[in-house]
Amino acid sequence: MASATSSSPEILVKIRDLSFSYGDRSILSGINMEIPRGKVVAIMGSSGCGKTTTLRLIGGQLRPTRGMVEVNGEIVHKLTSDALYELRRRMGMLFQFGALFTDMSVYDNVAFQIREHTDLPEELINDLVLMKLHAVGLRGAHGLMPTELSGGMARRVALARAVALDPMLIMYDEPFAGLDPISLSIIGDLIRKLNDALGASSIIVTHDVQESLKIVDYVYFVSAGKVVAEGTPKEIRASEAPYVHQFVWGEADGPVPFHNPAVQSYDEVLLGARHG
Amino acid sequence: MADSKKPKAAPSPQRQRNSLASPRGTGRRAPRLAPERSLLVQFLTHLGHGVTDSLWRLGFAAHFFLAVLLNSGTAFRRFQLTIRETYFSGALSIVIILVSGLFVGMVLGLQGYDTLERYGSSEALGVLVSLSLVRELGPVVAGLLFASRAGAAITAEIGLMKATEQISAMEMMAVNPIARVVAPRFWAGVISMPLLAALFSAMGIFGGYLVGVKLIGVDPGSFWSQMQATVDFREDIMNGVIKSFVFGILISWIAVFEGYDADPTAEGVSRATTRTVVTSSLSVLAADFILTAFMFRGA
Repeated sequence: MASATSSSPEILVKIRDLSFSYGDRSILSGINMEIPRGKVVAIMGSSGCGKTTTLRLIGGQLRPTRGMVEVNGEIVHKLTSDALYELRRRMGMLFQFGALFTDMSVYDNVAFQIREHTDLPEELINDLVLMKLHAVGLRGAHGLMPTELSGGMARRVALARAVALDPMLIMYDEPFAGLDPISLSIIGDLIRKLNDALGASSIIVTHDVQESLKIVDYVYFVSAGKVVAEGTPKEIRASEAPYVHQFVWGEADGPVPFHNPAVQSYDEVLLGARHG
Repeated sequence: MADSKKPKAAPSPQRQRNSLASPRGTGRRAPRLAPERSLLVQFLTHLGHGVTDSLWRLGFAAHFFLAVLLNSGTAFRRFQLTIRETYFSGALSIVIILVSGLFVGMVLGLQGYDTLERYGSSEALGVLVSLSLVRELGPVVAGLLFASRAGAAITAEIGLMKATEQISAMEMMAVNPIARVVAPRFWAGVISMPLLAALFSAMGIFGGYLVGVKLIGVDPGSFWSQMQATVDFREDIMNGVIKSFVFGILISWIAVFEGYDADPTAEGVSRATTRTVVTSSLSVLAADFILTAFMFRGA
């Protein structure tokens, strides 16, 4: 473990031969990725290809069936629960719909992690919270309840909450889903700016190609649980690989199968399973 | 079963829940693989799976109960978390408890007078009303009301927190949701229940007094003095308090468990809420019988 840290100090997250399945249903089969420090990396793919699962494996909320995720030199699934919590304190995650605590105000939401993990006096917490809210442009909204926010505002508050403790790794689960074009580019800008200002690394799981290609440094394409293409935004735009082309230009027909793989073949179902 | 558990063996209960799904899965498949089996065998298979499923669930609930107890430190160290929840589940239930208590006591006054009067012992009305309330009706009816008012709310709240990924978000923020969300709600229920049952009984006795003494005209002196002379503190009142405490544990446990175990969908939360009310009401009645059998067997 120690050698891994010293051999690649510039790689924060290393994913090796990672596989995961729910029972018989395989979600990921042997993916490899590297997230360098200070970079914003996107994981793209169609819905249900295992992107969110990858994030959950990095955060240690799921255990891989094979392979491993290494964050900052530590193998996530081998950590004790105390060590895992210690590691999660240095990670921030933005959930798809914000996942704000609905029984707390915006202010308390952002202050939540600071209060839970530090003994800072309330005046200092006040300064920190307003600073984070200011960074996402919502300092004036600190007294509102999450139900009073629009979708885009909720996403920004969740972003302020995710970076409350200045994490080294920020993960975004579909940060652009369901936003209007203005909110969408605000979030996009914020992701890039916060990453650079905090000196953090970011992973964005998304299927919004155009917005993410504007802000990321590197892209992995995942399809059916495998990495099918990777490269910088420039390489991706120029790519002739059929899958990437289909995805970037949003074509209905291409290498992505229309049918969800079934256990029984079509013929078998039609002829009936009784003659076995 | 052991094999299917292995890949997901992890500390969080959510994952253990996944492993619970495996016997259910095989349960559905079994009859399809052998369609020629007789109806009796199919019936027995279903019955067997039903039983093993329930046992799995009970085991998981017990495991969850232990996890809540082990993670209760925060609920006491930062007692304001528990006080807040006590306000929501306890203080906000006071009105329904007081009103129901008053009516139950008034009905007891009417019915009790009607029966006692036939034997010429209507002055024992105070004893009848107070004993039925502190020994039985106080804890049981308060428990049933608490289960449907506060228990259902706790389940729905935790279930929705799960459905909207708030529980997940908390885990990712390195905050243990069992310690931060579940344990304070559990202990709030345990604290509230005996207090609510006591309020219910007190209000019921007042209702009995209103009807018996003020309305019908039983002698107030004998109403109160006979009550005072007959109701024993340890035998009657303390046993009632113990009952309400046990009911508090049962209801809160079922409510937090169902919420935490709910499928994270609208349908799942609604099913979990229903299950909380049904299961905790039945357990209150069953536990009441068991406790009564032990407490008052010599009387």
